[in-house]
Amino acid sequence: MDQAAFSDMFGTIIDNTPYMKAIGAVYDGRSDDGLTMRLPWREDLVGDPETRVIASGVVTALLDNGSGMAVWDRLNEFKPIATLDLRIDYMRAAEPDRDLLVTAKCYKLTRSIGFVRAFAYEDTPDDPVAAAQAAFIIASPSLTPKG
Amino acid sequence: MTQDIAPALTRPIERLNPEDVLKAIPFAGFLGMRLDLAGDELTARLPYAPHLIGNPMIPALHGGVISAFMEMTAMAQLFLSETFHHVPKPIDVSIQYLRSGRPVDTFARAIVNRAGRTVANVEVQAWQEQRSQPIAKLQTHFLISVD
Repeated sequence: MDQAAFSDMFGTIIDNTPYMKAIGAVYDGRSDDGLTMRLPWREDLVGDPETRVIASGVVTALLDNGSGMAVWDRLNEFKPIATLDLRIDYMRAAEPDRDLLVTAKCYKLTRSIGFVRAFAYEDTPDDPVAAAQAAFIIASPSLTPKG
Repeated sequence: MTQDIAPALTRPIERLNPEDVLKAIPFAGFLGMRLDLAGDELTARLPYAPHLIGNPMIPALHGGVISAFMEMTAMAQLFLSETFHHVPKPIDVSIQYLRSGRPVDTFARAIVNRAGRTVANVEVQAWQEQRSQPIAKLQTHFLISVD
């Protein structure tokens, strides 16, 4: 499948993921560094009322979702996948009133597992808010409903 | 010097109620989570809501919802066992997804494994119909400043 068609589908997928729609996340394109999602800052997503910093749980969701899509991007097809584990390091607070970006890349794909590295940041992944390491299981015949 | 410090030491400790803390956090309201307190035992509840869905086809709760809910539960438990004047900052989280989250209410309980002077280690389990069949486990470190 060509890249443009793939990009269109990621936008559609996010728009059809109720929780991503609820927090206001959008697809922001792909490059050699991986694919990117964007989340505008919003009052009701704040986790610390004193600093108006977005809740870590929101960053987690964005990293999880972006990582899963990175596996599809690498697979170049939409097989059912599930997050096995997700490890996130929070380096610093996200800046209030600014868009948060997540770029995720599946750096290794085996027949059954996708390994992903992802970063959350405002300007550049070199100055991350958070970093994630995730492993996804890719549907094997046993996961497919028998019909 | 001793005389200046003395009143501070004898001042009654104002421990914040986890329920009040949660009410002050906009994102906890966005998720719609509740706390059931029985003495020092805390069970967090996440009532099912359509905006929490990640995969509408299965349908399943978004993995990011489950982890955010568990992170908030860990924080609430910390507020129950320690005295804080600020929201503790997460350093890292590690999540293992064990079962898909069905579109029903989710529960979680946290254990503070250790709360030292700077770092607290907390683990959380989340379940739905059966507590013996957890849907996810989370391990996290918080940066705390007990003042």
